[in-house]
Amino acid sequence: MKVAVIVFPGSNCDRDMYHAAGEIAGAHASLVWYTDTHLLDDVDGILIPGGFSYGDYLRSGSMASTSDIMNKIREHAEKGKPVLGICNGFQILTESGLLPGALMRNKNLSFMCHQEELIVEDNENVFTTLYDTNEVVRFPIAHGEGNYFCDDETLNELKANNQIVFTYKNNPNGSVADIAGIRNKAGNVLGMMPHPERAVEALLGSEDGLRLFQSMIANWRSSNAVNA
Amino acid sequence: MQLTHNINPEKIEQDRLYQDMGLSDEEFEKIKTILGRRPNFTETGIFSVMWSEHCSYKTSKPLLRKFPTEGENVLQGPGEGAGVIDIGDGQAVVFKVESHNHPSAVEPYQGAATGVGGIIRDVFSMGARPIALMNSLRFGPLTTNRTKYLFSEVVAGIAGYGNCVGVPTVGGEVQFDDSYEDNPLVNAMCVGLINHDDVQKGIAAGIGNTILYAGPPTGRDGIHGATFASDDLAEDSNKDRPAVQVGDPFMEKLIIEACLEVIHSDALVGMQDMGAAGLTSSASEMASKAGTGMEMNLDLVPQRERNMTAYEMMLSESQERMLLCVKAGREQEIIAIFEKYGLQAVPVGKVIEEKVFRIKHHDEVVADIPVDSLADDAPVYHMPSKEAEYYQAFQQMEVHTPHVDNYGETLKRLLQQPTIASKEWVYDQYDSMVQTNTVVTPGSDAAVVRIKGTDKALAITTDCNSRYIYLDPEEGGKIAVAEAARNIVCSGAKPLGLTDGLNFGNPTNPEIFWQMEKSVEGMSAACEALQTPVISGNVSLYNQSKGKSIYPTPVVGMVGLHESTAHITPSFFQEAGDIIYLVGEARNEFGGSELQFIQDGKYEGKAPHLDLKIEADRQGKLLSLIQQGNIQSAHDLAEGGLGVALAESLFADEVLGAKVELSGNAAVELFSETQSRFLVTVKAENQGAFEEVFADAAKLGEVTADNQLTVRANNEIILQEKAAELKALWKGAIPCLLKSKA
Repeated sequence: MKVAVIVFPGSNCDRDMYHAAGEIAGAHASLVWYTDTHLLDDVDGILIPGGFSYGDYLRSGSMASTSDIMNKIREHAEKGKPVLGICNGFQILTESGLLPGALMRNKNLSFMCHQEELIVEDNENVFTTLYDTNEVVRFPIAHGEGNYFCDDETLNELKANNQIVFTYKNNPNGSVADIAGIRNKAGNVLGMMPHPERAVEALLGSEDGLRLFQSMIANWRSSNAVNA
Repeated sequence: MQLTHNINPEKIEQDRLYQDMGLSDEEFEKIKTILGRRPNFTETGIFSVMWSEHCSYKTSKPLLRKFPTEGENVLQGPGEGAGVIDIGDGQAVVFKVESHNHPSAVEPYQGAATGVGGIIRDVFSMGARPIALMNSLRFGPLTTNRTKYLFSEVVAGIAGYGNCVGVPTVGGEVQFDDSYEDNPLVNAMCVGLINHDDVQKGIAAGIGNTILYAGPPTGRDGIHGATFASDDLAEDSNKDRPAVQVGDPFMEKLIIEACLEVIHSDALVGMQDMGAAGLTSSASEMASKAGTGMEMNLDLVPQRERNMTAYEMMLSESQERMLLCVKAGREQEIIAIFEKYGLQAVPVGKVIEEKVFRIKHHDEVVADIPVDSLADDAPVYHMPSKEAEYYQAFQQMEVHTPHVDNYGETLKRLLQQPTIASKEWVYDQYDSMVQTNTVVTPGSDAAVVRIKGTDKALAITTDCNSRYIYLDPEEGGKIAVAEAARNIVCSGAKPLGLTDGLNFGNPTNPEIFWQMEKSVEGMSAACEALQTPVISGNVSLYNQSKGKSIYPTPVVGMVGLHESTAHITPSFFQEAGDIIYLVGEARNEFGGSELQFIQDGKYEGKAPHLDLKIEADRQGKLLSLIQQGNIQSAHDLAEGGLGVALAESLFADEVLGAKVELSGNAAVELFSETQSRFLVTVKAENQGAFEEVFADAAKLGEVTADNQLTVRANNEIILQEKAAELKALWKGAIPCLLKSKA
């Protein structure tokens, strides 16, 4: 499976994502600079890493969301290819409208970085099939603006369509309904604040994130086997 | 147009305008001799920053020469952007510490942020990828609104910059004491990883080669920052706000990536960041180191503001700027790399044979200075030194055994002392995990980052107990180095070397200079004994305000190597049933201790004694036991002694406890700060192997599963506390102080 890790100016988890998806999980990963749109033509999945694209200036994720490469990513998403946005990547996905809602400053107004326990709410999307629902996993968080917000109507819709994928066991940032990660209706676009790519090796404290990348690869394999 | 050029050289001399820039009469005379004429306004400014303490180390140089700087693995000692030590497999570690004290006292957020930015540039300008940040901070007690503001904003500034730039802040230390009330200390350390082949130097070699200016345009910020940093903080220091630079971590991130791409081009000759004294120091040092000269046209320098004078441009400390020397004719290759990142890189000058630093502006030569005179001819002062008056009094004080009524309550008070209390409030704001290498996150003796693609890891710590150094600079200096090495060894790594951040008061005071002299001597002796050469460093003097000097604070930033990740050893207890040992006997040593402070409200008497031979012996033995797999956990005894170390060892979970039995005077055993001691746990089956090496270690008891700390002495329980309760107090102390009304 070929996956592209998108590198915007100011992305800083790009190499971590590349390491996790490529070297650890075994996908064929490449780093793609945001102007090299053509390099996305033949990839099977898109990974938008965390960091501070454009320095978080204007609003986190907003400037990256208007770049040309996002049009290409939207096309991929519409075709049903997996698109994963982590941390700043999640912010970019909400800013670009690929996912609903917005991310506000943490309720204590400070950046926070530590391990958090998450509950897997949904395993019917390409990224979490190898998890059990209600399973508790440990991923690090590292964000200043991870406080997920949406209006009641959107929240009801998210709930009705099982689009809430991860919730926090002990909500650290004030997110609505303890939301840590959501998906689109089709189940091929996932955005989340916690960092699964930082949880793929026991040496670093948790391997719980590895199955997220393995799910993505396994689902691609099985759908390709059907096509072939 | 150029207002400052209306101030002619005669007037500068007559009105002694050079004094406002920090130059003395003698120094001005020396400049006249070097030039064979009077310097103009711009030249006077250039000399004043290059000869400031911050850039020239003119009063500290004679002391810095005492440090051992060589070792078999040292690839680059002091003198370049940062030092470099070989770690095998063609890789090396690059590191340095730098202070940003004065700016942080005036504008804490930007002062701290730009301190982080500056030290990162020192590391990647060597060609290394920055992989970890550490810091060492000092504030007054958290009782005034001003101190709380300084503390919160410094932490926010470090976080704001480090998090955005994508270099993990993996640890550090924070201490609180009256002496830092008006003059906080902000020292930042950066560690980088490099392949031997990629090591760059800041040189402008090859006559005719081009000098490129890269990064954001030059503005009027930070003018005379180096001079500002080389004087006492005055009550009206707020007016010096314009001397504080403003940082842009997004820009820095782009510059890092561009520079790390540029180093792979053989069109690059040399590279240096524009740190203190900006264009002036980077350009003149690059030429001076290469034995060349440089000609620069300021009309070509990108400018953010209109009508900037030559003086302003040469002295600006606008951030995130780099100066590169590039082979003539191949400029476009380098420029293209910067352009990919949306950055400007423009030719501003060239390397010339004549060893002068010649600056043109508006078709006029505005400075023409023998280039070596700026770096090499800076005056060196051998300051008078006089033993501090308090020292003999302290040495002669009678040693008395402290009286402790309630051991549990005393331990609780100690755990809530801000210096001992959990720093989670601080480090939770730092991204400590980006780059996915952090094995041991903040809160342990040393942070550990693995090296991808190998089985190796690096241990990093910063340390300095300034109370001991105040009481006895020489002994305290030894302790600072030894304690840093202890932290590294406890984590399972072999100490490689250190960087020093020397923070002192005003060196023209002979008693302050004596503190500097003695602490450097003590540190040097420890460096020799523990084989940890000094490979880089920074000096920050004049840390005093309203006539009150800070405690002498020579911060040690040390790096060690884990030959295998299997050697990485936690500082917390691991398993019920493990045997608890204490290596080293307690003596009646309470001078400068936390117990002394909570009982007497002051620090006085003798600092703990340190025997370097014993220290080196124990560190060596512990490290080999760890490497053989015989140690479950290791923690060094520091502030608050054994009692605090035992409690801290239980704070990693909500399960484990400890039962220990002490003999002798319980107050001394529990709270003395005697040096060279380790709290170690060993699996029952490894007791034999352990006792063979440490025959005289005291077997204190064992790790339990009851989450209680139980201490018996002379067949009586003297302390029994729930670990969770101790942890809650320890964890809550700093947030509680910050919330309480001043």
